[in-house]
Amino acid sequence: MIWNETKECMSRDEMANLQSARLVKLVDRVYHNVEFYRKKMQKVGLEPGDIRGIEDLERLPFTTKDDLRDTYPFGMFAVPNSQITRIHASSGTTGKATVVGYTRKDIDVWSECVARCISMAGLGKNDIIQVAYGYGLFTGGLGAHYGAEKMGATVVPMSTGNTKKLVTMMVDFGVTGIMCTPSYLLHIAETIEEMGVKDKIKLKASLNGAEPWTENMRTSIEQKLGIHAHDIYGLSEVMGPGVAADCEYHKGLHIHEDHFLPEIVDEHTLKPLRDGMTGELVFSTLTKEGIPLIRYRTKDLTSIDHSPCDCGRTTARIARFKGRSDDMLIIRGVNVFPSQIEAALLEMGGTTPHYLMIVDRVNNLDTLEVHVEVEERFFSDEIRELENLTGKIAHVIQQAIGLAVKVKLVEPKGLERSMGKSKHVIDKRKME
Amino acid sequence: MFVKQLSVFIENREGRLEQVTEVLKEEGINILSLSMADTTEYGMLRMVVSDPEKSKDALRNKGFSAMLTDVLAVKLEDKVGEMHKMTHILCSQGLNIEYMYALASENRRAMIVKVSDGIAAAKAIQDGGLELYSNEEMCW
Repeated sequence: MIWNETKECMSRDEMANLQSARLVKLVDRVYHNVEFYRKKMQKVGLEPGDIRGIEDLERLPFTTKDDLRDTYPFGMFAVPNSQITRIHASSGTTGKATVVGYTRKDIDVWSECVARCISMAGLGKNDIIQVAYGYGLFTGGLGAHYGAEKMGATVVPMSTGNTKKLVTMMVDFGVTGIMCTPSYLLHIAETIEEMGVKDKIKLKASLNGAEPWTENMRTSIEQKLGIHAHDIYGLSEVMGPGVAADCEYHKGLHIHEDHFLPEIVDEHTLKPLRDGMTGELVFSTLTKEGIPLIRYRTKDLTSIDHSPCDCGRTTARIARFKGRSDDMLIIRGVNVFPSQIEAALLEMGGTTPHYLMIVDRVNNLDTLEVHVEVEERFFSDEIRELENLTGKIAHVIQQAIGLAVKVKLVEPKGLERSMGKSKHVIDKRKME
Repeated sequence: MFVKQLSVFIENREGRLEQVTEVLKEEGINILSLSMADTTEYGMLRMVVSDPEKSKDALRNKGFSAMLTDVLAVKLEDKVGEMHKMTHILCSQGLNIEYMYALASENRRAMIVKVSDGIAAAKAIQDGGLELYSNEEMCW
């Protein structure tokens, strides 16, 4: 099932023409409406007319997450607030969120992109879909919701939290599709087994994203639930979930190229890379009105393939992600930087104690444990005091990153000795 | 008035206690009394030793989290009612016992006590007719 054959199956030439026309308009729009871009272009001696098509893309400067932070909150918006109909935000490293704004048309385009993704998973208007991403500032919940509504499916806005209730409704409503993080779906699968209702569910397919996952996890989900699991990718800066997804052939994620112009660049030299070579994924948002982005560096590492897919779509596909070019971690769908933990610990007073973050996946749910060295200034020989300290550290970190965390006190130098001084993260989830 | 107690933070890992006692042995330190408070993840080793300062420095050099804490060493006779005498004094003054453990060496018999307000507790105990060991009496 292809949601929009005209756009998803156009010839490469037609796509290039469409992208070129949209890029020219985009550059013109941001130059005249966003001071940040105007200055950046002027600095390298570029005028809007210099960009005549996608062949000139390389001449444009890159945009980074730091740029979004520096212009917090609305500095990168290209339209007046009267035209912004919704705001989303993701957590930032220094407490400041990365804020994105959508016009009514942006929400329409976003919904269209998500609808295309849902079609790739073989779901349609006759399906009942549970959205089990968090609803709120996070783009996951509302993004998936609007897309599923757009395609005409029956949407059950579960959000996250009460898994048993979710399973009960899955059975009672005859739910056929679900959108959530892959780790949460594995947790749901276990709950289904525990509740002994596996033969009562009608689930056919899932769309899973917002965190990195592996082929092993896909196989595991598919076997446990007897469904087809699809990968859906997105990031709030570019739009939210639905920038790309994989079809029934699972040969990479189709990018909705008529809206998001992709590039793969070498993460160090920033030079464009050929198909099949791994580098950093960069997007220019061709049609976005609220907060258009030019050559936005996602920090996600992958490769691209422009060859046609067996499904009939001609849109370029990105391979499963191979990591990040920065130290960002995604824990239960939440972006976490070690620097946030560091800043939180710094709040405890004076200097940062040595710490180590241990990320793991227990019963298919991500866990974060932070080991903190007991230093003289923290020291008390009363267990109660130490327990208070642990609680206080956990609270401060939780406030900073929005995730529950387990804090463990450890002996001084224990961390340095085993890990080397600069290493602050052990991610045990890297299973492959 | 106070006795310097050596407190050491140790993770619940095999061999950590043995490493502490090895350091003390190498430094020629005698352990007069020891108690261990434990949680699932770590333990707090509390000791009265012959040379607290030297012990602390030696352990810190070996990477341990060690510090000295002021505690009371209350002299108690070996007879019925002695313990109650002490708890009654503290209780009547509204003083809270954080923890305590016994010390019994050849010529010293005491209850090592950490009380919420050490100074008030020391005074109450002495006013109540009990004696305290000084740090000098404990050290060699």
